[in-house]
Amino acid sequence: MTDSSSWDWSIGKRQIADITQWKETFGYVEEPYVSPDGEKIAAIIKTEDMEFSVCENGNAWENAFDKVWFLRYSPDNRLTGIVSDTAEWTLAVEGEAWENKYDFAWNTIFGRDGKSMLLMTQADGEYSVLINDVPWEETFPYMTNLAGNADATRAAAVAQTIRFSEGDIFAFQKGCYTVAVDGKVWDTNFVNVYEPVFSADSAHVAAQVRTSLYDYTIVVDGEPWPAVWPWVWKAAFSPADGSVTAPVKTPEGWTLARDGHVFWGQRFAQLWHHVYSPNGMSIAAIVAPKYGHWTVAIDGNAWKKTFNDLVTDLVLSPSGRRAACAGKENDRYTIAVDGTPWPFHCDMAWEPVFSPDEQHVAAKIEKDGQFTVAVDGKPMKAQFKNLWNPVFSPDGEKIMIRAIEGSGDKETYVRQVLPLTEILG
Amino acid sequence: MGEPASKIEVKNIKDIGLDEGAARLTPERIEKVINEVIDNETGARLKVYVDTCVHCGLCSEACHYYLSNDKNPVYAPAGKVKQTLWEIVEKKGKVSPDFIRRAAELCYTECNLCRRCAMYCPFGIDVAYMMLTMRRICHKLGVIPQYIQDTAQSHSATMNQMWVKEDEWIDTLFWQEEEAAEEIENLRIPLEKEGAEVMYSVIGPEPKFRAQLIYQAAVIMDVAGVDWTMPATPGWDNSDMAMYTGDNEMMGRLKKEHFETAMRLKVKKIVMGECGHAFRSVYDMGNRAVGWKMPPVQMVHALEFYYDLFKAGKIKVKEKYDKPVTLHDPCNVIRGRGLHEMARYVVNKVCETFIEMTPNREHNYCCCAGGGVINCGPPFRDKRVYSNRVKADQLAATKKKGVEVCIAPCHNCHGGLEDIIHHYKLGMELKFLGDIIYEVMEKPE
Amino acid sequence: MHTIYNFVSGPLAWLAFIIFIGGSIYKIVTMAKLAKKKDPSVYEYWDTGFALRSIAVWSIPFATVNWRKNPVMTLVTFAFHISLIVVPLFLCAHALLWKEVFDINWWYIPNGLADIMTLIVIGSCIFFAVRRSIRHDVKYLTSKSDYLILLMVAAPFVTGFWAYHQFPAYRLMFILHMLSGEFVLAAIPFTRLSHMLYAVFTRGYIGSEFGAVRHARDW
Repeated sequence: MTDSSSWDWSIGKRQIADITQWKETFGYVEEPYVSPDGEKIAAIIKTEDMEFSVCENGNAWENAFDKVWFLRYSPDNRLTGIVSDTAEWTLAVEGEAWENKYDFAWNTIFGRDGKSMLLMTQADGEYSVLINDVPWEETFPYMTNLAGNADATRAAAVAQTIRFSEGDIFAFQKGCYTVAVDGKVWDTNFVNVYEPVFSADSAHVAAQVRTSLYDYTIVVDGEPWPAVWPWVWKAAFSPADGSVTAPVKTPEGWTLARDGHVFWGQRFAQLWHHVYSPNGMSIAAIVAPKYGHWTVAIDGNAWKKTFNDLVTDLVLSPSGRRAACAGKENDRYTIAVDGTPWPFHCDMAWEPVFSPDEQHVAAKIEKDGQFTVAVDGKPMKAQFKNLWNPVFSPDGEKIMIRAIEGSGDKETYVRQVLPLTEILG
Repeated sequence: MGEPASKIEVKNIKDIGLDEGAARLTPERIEKVINEVIDNETGARLKVYVDTCVHCGLCSEACHYYLSNDKNPVYAPAGKVKQTLWEIVEKKGKVSPDFIRRAAELCYTECNLCRRCAMYCPFGIDVAYMMLTMRRICHKLGVIPQYIQDTAQSHSATMNQMWVKEDEWIDTLFWQEEEAAEEIENLRIPLEKEGAEVMYSVIGPEPKFRAQLIYQAAVIMDVAGVDWTMPATPGWDNSDMAMYTGDNEMMGRLKKEHFETAMRLKVKKIVMGECGHAFRSVYDMGNRAVGWKMPPVQMVHALEFYYDLFKAGKIKVKEKYDKPVTLHDPCNVIRGRGLHEMARYVVNKVCETFIEMTPNREHNYCCCAGGGVINCGPPFRDKRVYSNRVKADQLAATKKKGVEVCIAPCHNCHGGLEDIIHHYKLGMELKFLGDIIYEVMEKPE
Repeated sequence: MHTIYNFVSGPLAWLAFIIFIGGSIYKIVTMAKLAKKKDPSVYEYWDTGFALRSIAVWSIPFATVNWRKNPVMTLVTFAFHISLIVVPLFLCAHALLWKEVFDINWWYIPNGLADIMTLIVIGSCIFFAVRRSIRHDVKYLTSKSDYLILLMVAAPFVTGFWAYHQFPAYRLMFILHMLSGEFVLAAIPFTRLSHMLYAVFTRGYIGSEFGAVRHARDW
C-alpha cells in the first residue's frame, strides 16, 4: 500500500487542469488518467508532427514517439506509458524511455508501493520479462499470464518450454507449458498452466494446471497436489500460514480445497475469486449458491441476498471483518456491504473502497451518464462528467474526489477533499 | 445440379485425431467413460428425449444433410441419434472402439447443431443437445478430429482460437488503427479504455486472416460516435471451439475470461462481430457452463448493433449498394436469437434490391459449416460441400432472380458458403453485412 | 367365463388404473426430481407463457410448417389422437361404467360417431404401420417394438368394435377388449407411449428456450 499520509488532505477543491484547453492546443487528446494522489492528470496526445506524446497537467513530454499507449500512473504517482520508436518498444517513465527495447512490450505491472515495475517483452519471437529495465536472462517461445509479487521485484509467467507445430495435437497433450519464476522454469511440464500467483512473502508460487485434457490441479513451486479435479480456479496463498487454497469442482458442486484436500463443507453451483483478509483469518469468495444466483460467501457461509446477473469486485476490509462487492440484477448495478445492498440501483458501480478504520464504504457509481460517489449507500449531491475511485484519508474522516467537471464541451479536472460528514449529513 | 450421392464417402474419412484416438480405446474405458458422462452429466432431459421419440421421422426433412444426400436415412436427425445415443443408452456403454470411431465422425462432421430439426419435431426434441452429449463423450474418450481439437487446444493455451499471441493481438490492432487513420484522420481503436460504453470483441480468425474486418468495425464505430474499447489482454476472443469439441470446462474458462474482461473494463455491453457460433457460446452455452443464466454483460450481435445504429440515425447511407443481394440467415443468431427482422431492416437500408431466398428466417438451411464442422478441416470438406446441395439449390434459385451477392453475417457461414459457391459454380459474391455498410456509409472526407 | 369377466372388469381394471395413475405420477415425479438434481437449468429457463404458446401452436393442425409439409400425416395424426382419447372417455358404454362405478354423470358421444372414430384409430394404426415399412427414413428408425405398440393400441379398438357389433365370439372379444385396454393403460408410463406424459414438458421446454431466450419461433 502507498502511504497517503503525505498527500494534501486539507479540505477544499482545486482545479488542476483545463482539459478543454488541451484539446484546443493539441487537437488529439485521448482519455485522461489521474495520479493516485490526485495531483496530476495526463493524456496521450499527438504533436504537430503527428507523433504521439503525453500531456500532464497541461505540459507535454519533451519526447515524442511513434506510438504511446497504456498510459498508467504507478502507485507512487509516476507517469508511465509504453512507447515505440522505429518499431522498438519499451516503457517510458516520466517521459524517459528505458534502455532495453524490444519488438514489442506490454502488460505493465506495478509493485504496491510503486517503486518497482515490470512488463512482458518479445524480441525475434522470444518472450521474456523486463523488471525495472533489467531483463530476465532467459527467453521462451511463448509466455502469457504474467504476474508479479506484491512489490513487483519478482515475476512469474506461464512459459512454453517445448516447441510444437500447429496441428500436432498429441505433442501438445504430452505437456509443453510450465511456470517460469524469475526466468527459471519448474521441472515438470503440463498440458496447460494458468494464473501463477506469489505468496505474501514472495517466496512461493502456485498455479492452476491441467495435467491431461481432463484433470486439473494446483501446483505449488513445481509440485502438484496429489489430488485432481475436473475443474479448478485460481489459487491463493494464506497470508497467515502460507497454505494454498483453490476452488475445485467436486461431484456435489464447487468448494474450496486447501493443500490438496477439500476443506469447506459447503457446495456451490459456482465459486471463484476467493480472497484472504490481510491477517489471513478470513476467506471471502464470489459464489452461486444455486444456478444463476450470485452472492458472496464468507468462510463458506453465503449471504442471503443474491444477484441474478453477476457479482464482481469483491473486497474485504482491512481486518477481514467486513466485505463489499458490486452486484447486478435485472441489468442494474448496486453495491452490497456485509450482505445488505445499498438502497439504489445504477448503470455501473465500481470496486467499493473501505475506509482505513473500516467504518465506511465508498464507491464510484454511474447513473444516466453522470458519475458520482456514494458513501454507505448515500450518493453525493454533486454529479460529474467523469470520476476516479474515491480515496479515504488515513484517518478515515475525509474523502478525496478526483473528477472531471464541466458542462457542454467544457471539461476541467478538479481535486476535492471533503469531510465525510458532508456526504453522510 | 449437384453431385450424385454415390460420390459421397459416408464412413471413416482418414483423420489422425479420430483414428489414433479410437486406436487407444479399450471396451472397458469406453464403458466407464460413457457411464460417467451419462450418470453424472445428463439427467432427465436425455432420458425423456430418448423415451419420448416415437420414431416418426418427421424430423428428417428438416436436415440439409438428409435432403442433400438423396434422403439417405443415416443422415436424418433421429437416424443420427439412433447411430449414437440410442445404442449407447440401450447397451449401457458396452460399445466397441469402431462404434465410437463412427459415432465421433458422425457427431462432429455430420451434424451442424443448427437446431432446425428441433423446430420440426412435434415434441420439440433437441437433437443438437444429444449430438453435443455424444461429442462430450468423444471428448472424454479423446476421439476428436485433429483440426478442431487443435483449435480447442489453441483456446486452452492462448484463450483464442488461432494461437494468436498476446503481442500479436495488440500489434494487429495498432496496424489496423494506423491503416484506418489514413482514411479517417485521428481514428482510434481505443485499447483498455475503462468505463467505455461498449467493448468490441471478435473471433480469433479476424486478427489472423480477416484484419480488414477490424478496420471496418473501427470505421463504423468512429463514424457512429460510439464510445468503445477493445481489450489488450486475452479475453478479446469471443469464439469457442471447446464448446463444439465437448470440452465444457474449457468453454466455461473461455467465457469467464471474456466476460470478466468486460467487467474489468466496466463496459455496459459487449458488441461482437458477425459471428454465429461465438454468439451461441456467449449467449447460450458458455455462460451457462459457469452458472450465468444469461450473459452477465449484455451481448449485442453485430446485426443488432447495426440495426440500433441505423434506427438511431447514427449512420447515413451515401448511396445504396446497387447489386441485387440475398441474405443467408445464420442459425445461431436467427434460431438462436431472432435477429432476422433486424437483419432485413439493415439490408434494406443499405441495399437497393433485396431478394429473399426460400426457406428463410428461422427456417433457413444451415451453411453446413457451423457446429464446428468446418473447423474439422480439409479432410471433411468434400462431405460438407456435397451434404449441402440444398443450399446450393437455394442460392441458385436466387441467382435466377438476379441476385449477384449473398450476404452471410457469420464467419462460419462465410467459410461454408464460399466452398459451396465455388464447388457448385454459382458465381456469386459473398459479403459480410459490415462490408456493405462500410462501402455505402457516409464518412468524413 | 363369468368369473374371468368379473376378474377382468373388477380387480384387474382397478389394477390397470392404479398402475396407470400411480406409474404416471411416479414417472413424472422421478423425472422432475432428476431434472432438479441433474438439469437444474431446465427449471430456470422454463417460461410458462412461451411453453403454452408452443404447445398451443403445435396442437392446431397445419399451424406449423412441418404440419403443412406433411398434410396426410398431419390429418391422420390429429384424427388418430383425438379419436384415441375421445372414444375411450366418451363412449356411451364407458359413460355408463363411469356412472355405475363412480356415480359420475359423464358426457357421451353417439354410437355412430364412436364407430367412425374407432375405425379412424384402427385405420391410422394401419397407416402408421405401412408408413413405417415403406418410408426409408422411418423404416431405418423402426424397431419391432414400434409395431408392437401399434398393435397394442389398435387391439382394444378392434376388439371393442368386434364386441359391440356382436361379430362371432364377441363375448371372448369383449374380455379381450377389456384386457387389452387395461394392458395399454398400464403400459403408458413404462413404454414409448409415455410420450403422452412427457410431450407437454419437452414441447414446453423447447418453447421456453425458443421464446424466452432465443426470441424465435419454434414452429
